[in-house]
Amino acid sequence: MSGHITEIIIFTTLFVLVSGMGFVASRWRRAENLASLHEWGLGGRNFGSWITWFLVGGDLYTAYTFVAVPALLFGAGAMGFFAVPYTVIVYPLVLLILIRLWSVSHVHGFVTPADFVRARFGSPSLALLVAITGIVATMPYIALQLVGIEAVLKTMGVSGDLPLIIAFAILAAYTYQSGLRAPALIAFVKDILIYVVILVAIIYIPAQLGGWGSIFDAAQAKFDATPAPGDGILLNANNQLQYVTLALGSALALFLYPHSVTGVLASRNRDVIKRNMAALPAYSLLLGLIALLGYMAIAAGVTPIGRDVNTVVPQLFDRMFPDWFAGVAYAAVGIGALVPAAIMSIAAANLFTRNIYREYLRPDATDAQEASVSKVTSLVVKIGAVLFILLIDPQFSIDLQLIGGVIILQTLPSITLGLFSRWFHRVGLIAGWVAGMSAGMLLLYNIANPAIDHAHFGGSAFPLEKLGLDTKMTIYAGFLALIVNLVVAVLGTWIARAAKVADGPDATSPDDYYADANDPRVRDLEITGST
Amino acid sequence: MDAPRSDRNPWYWLLVVPVVVPLIPALFNSIEPRLFGIPLFYWLQLLFILLSVSITILVYRRTRA
Repeated sequence: MSGHITEIIIFTTLFVLVSGMGFVASRWRRAENLASLHEWGLGGRNFGSWITWFLVGGDLYTAYTFVAVPALLFGAGAMGFFAVPYTVIVYPLVLLILIRLWSVSHVHGFVTPADFVRARFGSPSLALLVAITGIVATMPYIALQLVGIEAVLKTMGVSGDLPLIIAFAILAAYTYQSGLRAPALIAFVKDILIYVVILVAIIYIPAQLGGWGSIFDAAQAKFDATPAPGDGILLNANNQLQYVTLALGSALALFLYPHSVTGVLASRNRDVIKRNMAALPAYSLLLGLIALLGYMAIAAGVTPIGRDVNTVVPQLFDRMFPDWFAGVAYAAVGIGALVPAAIMSIAAANLFTRNIYREYLRPDATDAQEASVSKVTSLVVKIGAVLFILLIDPQFSIDLQLIGGVIILQTLPSITLGLFSRWFHRVGLIAGWVAGMSAGMLLLYNIANPAIDHAHFGGSAFPLEKLGLDTKMTIYAGFLALIVNLVVAVLGTWIARAAKVADGPDATSPDDYYADANDPRVRDLEITGST
Repeated sequence: MDAPRSDRNPWYWLLVVPVVVPLIPALFNSIEPRLFGIPLFYWLQLLFILLSVSITILVYRRTRA
């Protein structure tokens, strides 16, 4: 522990500073009061381009991503680089989807994606399924943010669970008080720190290791020496399909996650979203460069602490940087965990409040009651995440996160397609969801990974030969499950129509999908001047 | 405000390019040519970010409210 004193001091100082900002944030862009979900949960729905850029960037590119993606390249090589095409295609892919979602949510005051599904398809049951899917997919993601902090603490030689609990307790306290304003303000510091650290890393470390050429040569030499057939610094004939479907599937899934939607709905108008779709790829560049840290770790001869490959990047920093700068780098990762953890817990809490509490427990809840239920739920969610990491093997969270990506994709027909078309019948969508979920689970169950001692749930690459095809190719399980989902949703819609099953009413009108900031909202017609 | 609005604008079709190009491994799955010692696989995929940004900015400017 003594060898890391400088690092620990710098890490703690920055961490405390940022926590102070979190508490002050409730007074930032001050609202009349925070006692509504539009204020506490969406920061007043009035964030401009810059704040949205930092907020969504800080939300999507999490500490876990920064630790896990290079770890993937460290272990498997080129396959791990899927994160780059994934985060390149996602923005042009979702631009038209998100401006529609923003508009209809603006008009109707939706706070969650399930709110939209409820109004569009007139089905509380479908909305409940979407809400539960969102909560289940988000929970392990929050837990994984702790894995990021843990990896840093381990490298600094800090052991025991107490520091982790304290960090999360502080996070819980200021999220409770300030709502979405806290992560929005902290995101500025987090992102600036990360940008500085990575720029220094990609210039300084390759110079120390003899240039980029020798870094890639070292990586190739490592993969050539391993018996595993799938690794290497290039893709092979069998994993290209997996690379492409994983990138595409992840891109389709990203903005189905409730926390991504939260960041989008908090923005001021449609142009803010469009501008951000052009500007957010700056983070993808950052992510691509961070990914290459995995190869730098190979070239530097780093070995993981125990079997935890997530420690390779913190260890690389420890070995290459002077102590004070390694401290800054660790703080960047640690603070990087707080922003998404806060937004995710807010998003999960909003889902619970709007789509379970108000829908089933207390239909006449006031704005203030909604806000206070969400605040308490966000605490419960975070306590759950901490218990998850402390009591259960972190590997379980990683497995769950993998499942999370597959299951959140099953809400695509209701949300994404629902934004463009009212063609699907609610019965068809529910049937598709059930089929997609079952298919996804079945596929994941049948994926083995000897490297982590898993006979089941060992990854997302499903071997097509298990479907009787004569090939060694693999495909992203979520992608296959989504196809099953869509086929069943179409069949289900036909059958429901043929059997004349009652369809739900659509509370939205075509014009709602193009509304912008100055257009009247349904809410304003009821109560004027409340926002 | 009174005319029926829509997001139907031919400029949006340009967005197909940055979605499709990064999903064609044949374009980038090679070591050579290297750039500053970095294999094609890595530098070209990073360069696609620039492609995506330029096209998205263009589309944004042409479809601004």
